[in-house]
Amino acid sequence: MADLRSNFVGIKSPNPFWLASAPPTDKAYNVIRAFEAGWGGVVWKTLGENPPVVNVNGPRYGAIWGADRRLLGLNNIELITDRDLYTNLREIKQVKRDWPDRAIVVSLMVPCEEESWKNILPLVEETEADGIELNFGCPHGMSERGMGSAVGQVPEYVEMVVRWCKQYTRMPVITKLTPNIADVRKPARAAHAGGTDAVSLINTINSITAVNIDTFAPEPTIDGKGTHGGYCGPAVKPIALNMVAEIARDAQTRGLPISGIGGVTTWRDAVEFMALGAGNVQVCTAAMTYGFHIVQEMITGLSNYMDEKGFASVDEIVGRAVPNVTDWQYLNLNYVTKAKINQDLCISCGRCHIACEDTSHQAITKEVDGKRMFMVMDDECVGCNLCVNVCPVDDCITMEPLPAGALDERTGERVPEHYANWTTHPNNPAAKVSEPAE
Amino acid sequence: MPEGQFAKGIVAGRLTPEQYADNFSDLHQPFSEHEARVEADRCYFCYDAPCMTACPTSIDIPMFIRQIATGNPLGSAKTIFDQNILGGMCARVCPTETLCEEVCVREVAEGKPVQIGRLQRYSTDVAIAQGVQFYERAEPTGKKIAVIGAGPAGLACAHRLAVKGHEVTIYDAREKAGGLNEYGIAAYKTTDNFAQAEVDYVTAIGGIAIENGKALGRDVSLSDLASRYDAVFLGLGLGGVNALRSQGEEAASNAVDYIAGLRQASDLSAIPVGRRVVVIGGGMTAIDVAVQAKLLGAEDVTICYRRGKDQMNASLFEQDLAAATGVTIRHWLAPRRVLADGDNVSGIELEYTRLDGDTLVMTGETMTLEADQVFKAIGQTFAAGALNGSGAQIELEGGRIKVDAEGRTSLDKVWAGGDCVAGGEDLTVSAVAMGRDAAESMHRALMGGQNG
Repeated sequence: MADLRSNFVGIKSPNPFWLASAPPTDKAYNVIRAFEAGWGGVVWKTLGENPPVVNVNGPRYGAIWGADRRLLGLNNIELITDRDLYTNLREIKQVKRDWPDRAIVVSLMVPCEEESWKNILPLVEETEADGIELNFGCPHGMSERGMGSAVGQVPEYVEMVVRWCKQYTRMPVITKLTPNIADVRKPARAAHAGGTDAVSLINTINSITAVNIDTFAPEPTIDGKGTHGGYCGPAVKPIALNMVAEIARDAQTRGLPISGIGGVTTWRDAVEFMALGAGNVQVCTAAMTYGFHIVQEMITGLSNYMDEKGFASVDEIVGRAVPNVTDWQYLNLNYVTKAKINQDLCISCGRCHIACEDTSHQAITKEVDGKRMFMVMDDECVGCNLCVNVCPVDDCITMEPLPAGALDERTGERVPEHYANWTTHPNNPAAKVSEPAE
Repeated sequence: MPEGQFAKGIVAGRLTPEQYADNFSDLHQPFSEHEARVEADRCYFCYDAPCMTACPTSIDIPMFIRQIATGNPLGSAKTIFDQNILGGMCARVCPTETLCEEVCVREVAEGKPVQIGRLQRYSTDVAIAQGVQFYERAEPTGKKIAVIGAGPAGLACAHRLAVKGHEVTIYDAREKAGGLNEYGIAAYKTTDNFAQAEVDYVTAIGGIAIENGKALGRDVSLSDLASRYDAVFLGLGLGGVNALRSQGEEAASNAVDYIAGLRQASDLSAIPVGRRVVVIGGGMTAIDVAVQAKLLGAEDVTICYRRGKDQMNASLFEQDLAAATGVTIRHWLAPRRVLADGDNVSGIELEYTRLDGDTLVMTGETMTLEADQVFKAIGQTFAAGALNGSGAQIELEGGRIKVDAEGRTSLDKVWAGGDCVAGGEDLTVSAVAMGRDAAESMHRALMGGQNG
């Protein structure tokens, strides 16, 4: 079995699967159950100053579902811990003592004042927790009070608070970023400038999951009213992957450790985050949907994958896909693919045909020689991949690259051997044209 | 266990009331809303869907399923009723395993089709339970049309004619409307008096009068109706049964009549059934009577069919259903002699058969099965006697009424559809399609291209 041990900014855990700061890590009872189930670490649910906040007593979650009510996206309006600060600190200390091999990071959110941070940091340090995570992400409730994403959306504030924390504690500092921002690289750069040891992302996305069309109120509805909450779960993973990649490949933050968060549900999701630069991953919605036992699937899945690939440590995965993330303008315009339908696998549902016919390039037949049959017409196919995406059968439709020199029946031209991108394309007004001017 | 469970002869009350209730409950339990949505989510919404092509009434199946998946069962029901006003019964009795579900791409992909029949039942049940009527009658046309037979073909025809604004009178020989839906379908496929509920739902549109107990050839004549009405539709079904042509045949019971009696019984424990039952035949009726005999408490039920499994008209699903109920199906056995003392059957002598090329031949080897009840279920025939003799001769083809693609017979003003016409499939759903299409044809003929 592969070695899954993780060392993230000096914080050691038996595997790279941590529970994110959220309801599952609200108190000792849950965290002990998580460790018993096999989780490598937890980020304890965000502590704040006393007196603790209060939560609504109506519904705190909204959701969207796929087929068979499979939960795809979850939204919450729960705030940071509503338990007494000292109760939490006492429990953190005890659990860390009892589970020394697991990572315990404490999430923090106090007002954006130096005194507040200066006061709480020694209290956390005293628990012997492994590190702190600065919650600059919560998009609901706390942001109305000038905390959470209200800080995370202002890079200057991010840098300032990180600097205070680095000044007043020796614990590693992880800065948790909000996705509710135009360019996630800016707060990441600010955290980096402030001296953060790592960033973690994404926090939840501002959202209204649904509207009750009988009462005309947003979900979740509290006494007839609703508010925007934080969206998470499988539905947000593509957004999170992109933001992780943006930071991983940014020249100013390259090499900054990243803890990947956002819809991680399976070992495969974790590998994807790590390939894009995450040193470990944090999980919440999957555990809230299925319970803590899912970590065993993640552990065995990751282990088998690493054995299959011959990776000796998880660090060998980290960042492996980053060099392959580029800007559109550098994509090879001389790379030509055509969809190909495997007729043995095809079940003749016709979805590829109607998707292509109605909404794309009219490149798939509905019959051949008078019989129902779906075939790609290479002289119309632009290689868009829509048919692959709507096909219900795995691997039935594949995108086949044309080799250099082959005839592209659509354009009537041979596929060039050389790479060429938009920066030099003749249709690009900004391209450097080598021909002499008239 | 009731005392009479193993009583010899043909006796009633073999089971406890609980056993009767359990045995004759719904064969396929209806979907709950959640189950329906989960199943609906399996549909791929195929382009030019094979299921739709396979449906004799061409229901837009992917659309009605999508409407279930999106929480719109009434929209779904209308999609079904637009093509098939008896969609509720068809959902229960269609051999979906040889129609829509056989060609479902998920059957092709994984051997598990979307359960189209049960989904169709879900949405039609919702609409019928709520009594929602989707159609308004067009302005009265002043045309009067007689429909003979209140079975699936006649009801479908009458409903479409009523929608178009015509006045319809249905004549039916039986006490109740519904035809085979009321008298022929196995009881466990149409529980809770659904056939009558559906007749009420179909006729609720108005403009449809039903005259029960009026038989063609006895109480009304075709020539008279043709003279009094603007048009006539014949949906007569099959009134006769094939003969065994075996010695002692008169001691055998007619499966069709037995099933009709069972369907009309208010107390199943009053229906007598043999302890050992033999059914002769290989079609749906043979299965229906065999299964129901078993469910009524017969200890031993055997279907004997003179050809092989592959030639049986009963679908594989029906054969499996019989086997699961405890019915034995034996092949390559033809009846020779019903053994009886007067009306008291004691057994049946059968002869083994085999194929010689394409010809079925007797082998000479015989065997005897002990039985106290023998059913014949070897097919029904069209009883043409009621038609003719009361005017111009209607043209037949292969013993049934000859019609063109629109359902027109050889007689002016007379259309026909359902099992009584030649070239049909003897399916409820096909009868509905023919009745509906004949109504459209009649409307075109009567309105001379006006009013659509």
